Amino acid sequence: MFRRNFIKATAVSIALAASGFASLPAIAADTIKVGILHSLSGTMAISETALKETALMTIAEINAKGGVMGKQLEAVVVDPASNWPLFAEKARQLLTQDKVAVVFGCWTSVSRKSVNPVFKELNGLLFYPVQYEGEELEKNVFYTGAAPNQQAIPAVEYLMSKDGGSAKRWVLLGTDYVYPRTTNKILRAFLKSKGVAEADIMEEYTPFGHSDYQTIIAKIKKFAGEGKKTAVVSTINGDSNVPFYKELGNAGLKATDVPVVAFSVGEEELRGVDTKPLVGHLAAWNYFQSIKNPQNDAFIKMYRDWAKKQKLPKAESVVTNDPMEATYIGLHMWKQAVEKAKSTDVDKVIAAMGGQTFKAPSGFTIKMDEKNHHLHRAVFIGEVKADGQFNVVWKTKGPVKAQPWSPFIAGNDKKKDEPEGK
Amino acid sequence: MRKLVFTLLCCLSLAAYAVPDPALVRQLAAEESDDKIAAIQKLALTAEPEALEVLQQLADGTLKDDKGEDITINNRVRRELEGALAVLKLIDPDVTVRFKAVKEIATNVEAAMAPMLAKARDRESEPKIRALLVEIHALATLKDADPKIRLAAANSLATSADPNTKAVLKAQSEPANEADVEVRRAAFRSYLAVKDRLTLAETLGRIFSGLSLGSILLLAALGLAITYGVMGVINMAHGELLMIGAYATYVIQSLFRTHFPAQLDWYLLAAVPVAFFAAAAVGVLLERTVIRWLYGRALETLLATWGLSLMLIQAARVIFGAQNVEVANPSWMSGGLEILPSIVLPLNRIVIVGFALFVLMLVWVLMNRTRLGMFVRAVTQNRAMAGCVGVPTGRIDTVAFALGAGIAGLGGVALSQIANVGPDMGQGYIVDSFMVVVLGGVGQLAGAVWAALGLGIVTKFIESWAGAVIAKIVVLVFIIMFIQKRPQGLFALKGRFVES
Repeated sequence: MFRRNFIKATAVSIALAASGFASLPAIAADTIKVGILHSLSGTMAISETALKETALMTIAEINAKGGVMGKQLEAVVVDPASNWPLFAEKARQLLTQDKVAVVFGCWTSVSRKSVNPVFKELNGLLFYPVQYEGEELEKNVFYTGAAPNQQAIPAVEYLMSKDGGSAKRWVLLGTDYVYPRTTNKILRAFLKSKGVAEADIMEEYTPFGHSDYQTIIAKIKKFAGEGKKTAVVSTINGDSNVPFYKELGNAGLKATDVPVVAFSVGEEELRGVDTKPLVGHLAAWNYFQSIKNPQNDAFIKMYRDWAKKQKLPKAESVVTNDPMEATYIGLHMWKQAVEKAKSTDVDKVIAAMGGQTFKAPSGFTIKMDEKNHHLHRAVFIGEVKADGQFNVVWKTKGPVKAQPWSPFIAGNDKKKDEPEGK
Repeated sequence: MRKLVFTLLCCLSLAAYAVPDPALVRQLAAEESDDKIAAIQKLALTAEPEALEVLQQLADGTLKDDKGEDITINNRVRRELEGALAVLKLIDPDVTVRFKAVKEIATNVEAAMAPMLAKARDRESEPKIRALLVEIHALATLKDADPKIRLAAANSLATSADPNTKAVLKAQSEPANEADVEVRRAAFRSYLAVKDRLTLAETLGRIFSGLSLGSILLLAALGLAITYGVMGVINMAHGELLMIGAYATYVIQSLFRTHFPAQLDWYLLAAVPVAFFAAAAVGVLLERTVIRWLYGRALETLLATWGLSLMLIQAARVIFGAQNVEVANPSWMSGGLEILPSIVLPLNRIVIVGFALFVLMLVWVLMNRTRLGMFVRAVTQNRAMAGCVGVPTGRIDTVAFALGAGIAGLGGVALSQIANVGPDMGQGYIVDSFMVVVLGGVGQLAGAVWAALGLGIVTKFIESWAGAVIAKIVVLVFIIMFIQKRPQGLFALKGRFVES
């Protein structure tokens, strides 16, 4: 199976290389290479393809404004094909063969865990743009997505509040791998600290790419029918979300009865779903396309123009989402850090990253924490609208500092808030 | 809510036509949910058609504030709003509107609603809605001050099939919540009755989801039952034939979108023959170019078809892109059929069960009632003898393979309605398909049917107590053990030709 995917992926990357780079303008000899490590096929392609496009768009934007330190950026795109060991191989290839200065990539935590040792061994630099479970702090990684206290915990607190429906019973539903399992461990501890009984929590997992959600929906219905207000916290990842939300809509489980809050579903994942029966279900992120401010308007317009120019599939209806914004912020911050360090040397860039700020499309000036490699981000909770966009129903007053070591996991209070060996 | 209901009672008959108070409409755009809810309640109290219209616009998200921006609401406001609208719609002349309104009210019954519900119940002529109103009225009077009324309510709730009622009755049967022994007993009796009914409903729901999974497995495996089961070709590219069927559906949907948007709902009917012939054509191509040179050499066939599957996946990537494509359910396949409040059978799954039956009939008739089917069976049973009596064995092989491929294409149409359509989609079904065919017994169509349905129902029952991940493992282990014990599968071919 592994070999098969490997052959497939190699074929794809060759095809991509042939089709993608032939069309790029002539590249000056002296360029800085930037690696892009996102699944363009397999179960995660639904989410990650847009991140590759965002990275390419941002690189084009930076190049149009004169590049970094007078040098043009050159993108090196590889496709790890939703295959976790292949992520490590591709990362090694980017660092040793292509000699990229920095890599933007990964979505699932299992893919990040797979490449971490490679970046550590070869002292590379990875920007990881997706919300995740925390419990890790690598010197070679900058996390531009949310830690649990910047997404999961506020979302659950909202559902407990009066406006969120005062939920008393909880279904923790996820794909079976490290991110949902860890997040649910944190949430379980958090819920217990709020006085929720063990019997009022149900935990369920499905494999990657699962497409039959009948049993799960029936179970949720039964659980919710036992009195008390119930809410569902979904950490389902990848294209399983499409059958899950289809089944949810068909089974008539409405958001006013049992709200579902998702941590890995944004505007992009909902493009393939009829959202009318899903109105009112929630998602928690640090950015929504529906946020109104000049930076965001410019960001959305830039991506729409890019989609048209690149003739992406369904270019007229492309959307922007949180991990895309995180990719955008990450690339700009990396550029700023390189210019501050006057070098693309990994250690110098890491030292220069702390304290970088950037006026982000989410409407806040986002800061990279001086120490812990995470961004200070504002939290938004949105309800799905009939058109597949989100209507922000709750937000924090300002950016929140990330806690990669969740205080709800025992022993974390002793851990340092900065990577080892820095 | 309480006051609202009482006043509504008085107002329902004397609705006067007037413009709703602009201050109240403006308050709907307030920042705080509490203010919004207050405004909704006041507007609903007027019971004027215009106020109803404003509220309906708010619910639909089309109401604008002073700056011309959409007024947005959250779940809490939406719940309140839907409740208020439902009460106003109880007198709607349209039966379906009334039914929906009653269902909405059922999710949030309060004691104060009892007189209004009684009135609505007495006025109601539609038996379906009336029964529901009787039940809701009983729920509303369960907390009445008079024990006799409470007793009557507890007794009449025994016919309910709603999980919420079960929880309410359980609470009512506890001494802490109910002082009267008689009522407690009645509530407990009713609780048991409702519980039994719900358990039955749950089992029925589980059997249906098992049937649904079984029918999907069957559609995925039926084509393979012909190519592998009957012809003995280990076709690793079978999953990709499913994919071709699904992509054919996608192409037809896109054609309908651009050329016949008015008939979009019927694209699926057009997709069925197209998917069949597209997959069959690819099947002919595979058979003529590669597979026919390898008959009787299982290992080479396996490797060659595996290579073909990689080529087909890559071709799909080049033509349609690596990302999944969106295939929408037509409107007549969206939503669900409510059997009981606790089980809703999704329409798309019902249609697929029916479609699986249709395809099964088609295959059965083709194999057992046509000359072609007879030839295919003859060639399978004794190739040399069939050739001797004048059956064109080479051509029959091609046609049979094309038939198997076409059936796989039909499976692809069904899969496109419930699963994701992407280049790799076939990979997820190839193992399942082989499992069904091997378990059912190679060479047996009937075996494939029983194996598919059996696997579907067993998987769903295990899933419901052990979760999806464990269910997958348990089923695989079970099949391995079964094949160890009975290598010929559920149904074995009998007769002299087996040895050859």
